Amino acid sequence: MGRQVRLIARLDIKGPNLIKGVHLEGLRVIGDPQAFAKRYYEQGADELLYIDVVASLYGRSKLTEIVRRAAHDVFVPMTVGGGIRTVQDVTDLLRAGADKVAINTAAVHRPELIREVARRFGSQCMVLSIEAKRRESGRWEVYTDCGRERSGLDAVEWARRGIELGAGEVLITSIDQEGTRKGFDVELTRAISEAVNVPVIASGGYGEPAHLSAVVKEGRADAVAFADVLHYNRASLADLRAAANAAEITVRQV
Amino acid sequence: MQLAIIDSGGANIASLRYAIDRLGVASELTTDPAKVRAASHVILPGVGAAADCMSRLQKTPGLVDTIRKLRQPMLGICVGMQLLFESSEEGEVPCLGLLPGRVRRFADRDDLPVPHMGWNQLEFEPGSPLLKDIQPGDHVYFVHSYSAPVSPLTVASATYGEQFSALVQSGNVFGAQFHPERSARIGSLLLRNFLQLQQTQ
Repeated sequence: MGRQVRLIARLDIKGPNLIKGVHLEGLRVIGDPQAFAKRYYEQGADELLYIDVVASLYGRSKLTEIVRRAAHDVFVPMTVGGGIRTVQDVTDLLRAGADKVAINTAAVHRPELIREVARRFGSQCMVLSIEAKRRESGRWEVYTDCGRERSGLDAVEWARRGIELGAGEVLITSIDQEGTRKGFDVELTRAISEAVNVPVIASGGYGEPAHLSAVVKEGRADAVAFADVLHYNRASLADLRAAANAAEITVRQV
Repeated sequence: MQLAIIDSGGANIASLRYAIDRLGVASELTTDPAKVRAASHVILPGVGAAADCMSRLQKTPGLVDTIRKLRQPMLGICVGMQLLFESSEEGEVPCLGLLPGRVRRFADRDDLPVPHMGWNQLEFEPGSPLLKDIQPGDHVYFVHSYSAPVSPLTVASATYGEQFSALVQSGNVFGAQFHPERSARIGSLLLRNFLQLQQTQ
């Protein structure tokens, strides 16, 4: 058996709430993240991904508490991101029960943080989170602070640099596609996948099974994140797993 | 029953403790050789680099020697399993030497990213007490760039480009390359099976 694709439930968090936006904006409150996390674990999510969408804007978040609660009920890997600035922040999240951290803004501002986290906890723990928007030139620009600030960095170049510094995985969120249900940015995912030799998680845009198939087969994603399709119960993880099987994508059989 | 979890400073200790709590077993996180010796079962978790993990163990006087002489069931997880062998290519570090052999890095391949990160199937012939109620083909969660080759100690293997040891056993010493604490129901069964093992005298 070779490559197996992971189906990840993504929970965007603001304060104590699970929320969802479109293009990372216009956030709507959905509910208590714990209830959703438990449901996704029981449905057979391969991993959970928590992103605090305002933490880097307002400083400290409630993520540690949310992760600690989840850790009692969730026995699949949990990746946590949002507002992480230091190795100490990472230590606190791991102690609460996180397995990996996803870092965007602080890594852009101080790339050395990637190396520090990888040295202390290993590359497998350090997920480089990239939020990218398509530019006219057919390239993608990295944004920080949850899609609000331009960085001037090219997404593909930044992914390559992040891996050199020690990131063990890349989470790529397309700001253009996020929350639209119009499909993933397959071209972006493929550009990143071809540039790096670590696993790539595609996020943003799932609407129908064909989108999953496209981002895995053409985009070469190693893992795919799902949010509102799950939150609004348009499909369960079992439905997504069945869609993957139908498309002959190898996934865990639960 | 008293489980000692050796505090190797790794990233998976919290997850492991929650998984053990869920089984209703008391555990203590420790580096105290006396407490490790007194435990009925010992788990050596490890996440990160083999050299870092080894140097952390070496910081506590007597701990490495204690681990080498344990008679009770001991389970190394991930890097904790890799440390059970003689040496690792990762940092060219001498390890605990409880199991013969050397841990090596996955070969670079275009179609398979390293680290091997995700769910993969266990391949085995039933028989090990650690695999009770677990079926060949069941999925468990792996995160690693290094692995131990298949050998007579291999109880279960997995394949990622090449076949490697997913679970090894030699006497009271067990090693799991995957993360039982993150492998949902199957991982929980494995931890339960481990905790049901009796001390060998």
